Amino acid sequence: MAFLELANIRKSFDQTTVVHDFDLAIEQGEFVSFLGPSGCGKTTVLRMVAGFESPSSGSIRINGKEVTHLRANQRNVGMVFQAYALFPNMTVAENVAFGMKVAKRPQAEIASRVEEMLQLIKLPHLAGRYPYQMSGGQQQRVALARALAGKPQLLLLDEPLSALDAKIRISLREEIRALQRKLGITTIFVTHDQEEALSMSDRIVVMNEGRAEQIGTPSEIYNTPATRFVASFVGTLSFLKAKVLDPQAGQLLIDNQTIRTGRALTAQQGETWSVALRPESLTLVNGHALPDGNRMQGLVEEVAFLGSVVRIRVRFQEGAIHLDTFNNPATALPERGSEVSVHFAPQDLLVLERLDA
Amino acid sequence: MNKQSRLGAWIAIGVGTLYFVLPLLSTFEFSLRMRRGEYSFDAYRVVFADAHFQESFLYSTFQAVATIIVGVLIVVPTAYWIRLRLPRLRPIVEFITLMPLVIPAIVIVFGYLRLYNSSSWLPLTANARTTDLLLTFSYVTLALPYMYRAVDTGLRSIDVRTLTEAAENLGAGMVTILFRIILPNIKSAVLSGAFLTFAIVIGEFTMASLLNRPAFGPYLQNVGANRAYEPSALAVIAFLVTWACMGLINIFGRQKQTKHAA
Repeated sequence: MAFLELANIRKSFDQTTVVHDFDLAIEQGEFVSFLGPSGCGKTTVLRMVAGFESPSSGSIRINGKEVTHLRANQRNVGMVFQAYALFPNMTVAENVAFGMKVAKRPQAEIASRVEEMLQLIKLPHLAGRYPYQMSGGQQQRVALARALAGKPQLLLLDEPLSALDAKIRISLREEIRALQRKLGITTIFVTHDQEEALSMSDRIVVMNEGRAEQIGTPSEIYNTPATRFVASFVGTLSFLKAKVLDPQAGQLLIDNQTIRTGRALTAQQGETWSVALRPESLTLVNGHALPDGNRMQGLVEEVAFLGSVVRIRVRFQEGAIHLDTFNNPATALPERGSEVSVHFAPQDLLVLERLDA
Repeated sequence: MNKQSRLGAWIAIGVGTLYFVLPLLSTFEFSLRMRRGEYSFDAYRVVFADAHFQESFLYSTFQAVATIIVGVLIVVPTAYWIRLRLPRLRPIVEFITLMPLVIPAIVIVFGYLRLYNSSSWLPLTANARTTDLLLTFSYVTLALPYMYRAVDTGLRSIDVRTLTEAAENLGAGMVTILFRIILPNIKSAVLSGAFLTFAIVIGEFTMASLLNRPAFGPYLQNVGANRAYEPSALAVIAFLVTWACMGLINIFGRQKQTKHAA
């Protein structure tokens, strides 16, 4: 039995359904991210797990116990909010101690737990400070300590890094993941940042319009997206239209150029399908052909210097693709308007969905 | 700003200042003339020595404190709940809280006398203690627009919903949230409302007079009708009490701004 089970969860506000038949099972100690654009329902699902919203139908079980209609203050679930939500009238130590004081734990136990938590987030020297005397990153670490102090059975993180600047975001996400591993606490992390989700999670739930589009490991989500939405939302993708030439041999026709997919296709000859390529799976080749690869001719439309990487847009008749190449000062970049050959391995071509159905 | 408009502004400020300050200065000057031929604080000495002054001032102070306590207990949970769970009701509640400003105090108190007279189903005017209680409730009504606005402004300055959810998530119930999280974080707003209430109650005449209670307002009127210099001294004292309240509102307001700016 999974540690957290969400079965057929649906949530409606008046006439609008924001979460449709959502099913999810999370194992103990797992770190699962809900990834999706604004308004996709990820925070609503999280709030239902926390007890701030009641599902219109369906059930929620934590550690085998039905909690669907339990109040938020009876669930023993820790939560970290995007806006920190530290109590402004309390010091760091008082904030961390709050949940334990409410639970009427012995004074000595509270003091030692507060100290332990502040050591864990490496801020024992700030115990007497008020929230307004600390930076955003420090406040969020305190919020994490406060959420963990009462030894919750589940940790919920609602976009905890969104309000922080880029450098702190990266260091804090590593800290959160390390803490979660150390404590072995089952965690749900809500984010719209694919990099955060990919780098931190054991599994990712990609959500769109109140539905789970795909649930899988970061590698599965990135390399084998189940739908066009997942493919386009996670990572950068270039979409092209392809005509099926020989489904058994896995051959397609793009821009009058034969392309091999390296696998049999569940499509009929003559159908038009949407295919996609990731920028990092493409290389520019000069003259000589590479073995076992696909090669397409196109015109350089744009060259964008991004620091360590240079992103080049190559135009074909059926659309344009982006390709990434490492910045090497010794190698000259192609000129805009010049003709280039682009190479990619058959298995890197994502065959997504039929367009002329 | 050109010279001409700056001169106009200074003239306006000067006229305004004279309009407000001259009567006050004249009242103060007159209150010092009790002793013939020289200035003295005799009028103040007489006022402070008057047992009725002490009784009525104490009575009104007690009424003001009771009004503040009842007002805070009614307004803070109401404004909090409206902000948290019933935001659609806000315009209606705001309209209701504004009504004491447009309905004259005399109308309200006549309503009370009809509703709670000694032969009614709830005879609050039947004895002095219950009439005191009725007067407290009348003052709560009278101070409602000021208290509600002050508290609502305080609630607007904090993230009520997230703080509530954070506390709930840590196991707190509604009473704990209200008294340990919300109230301490809107303390300066509540204090502003409290000082405004104090200033209103301390000099209120109509309700206290018609309910026949020994408050400071009716005492002021009584002294004013029968004495010469003492009413001026009392007017100055009443002004000082009001200004002290305004000063305290400013001090607490500034403290809050400093804290937020830090």
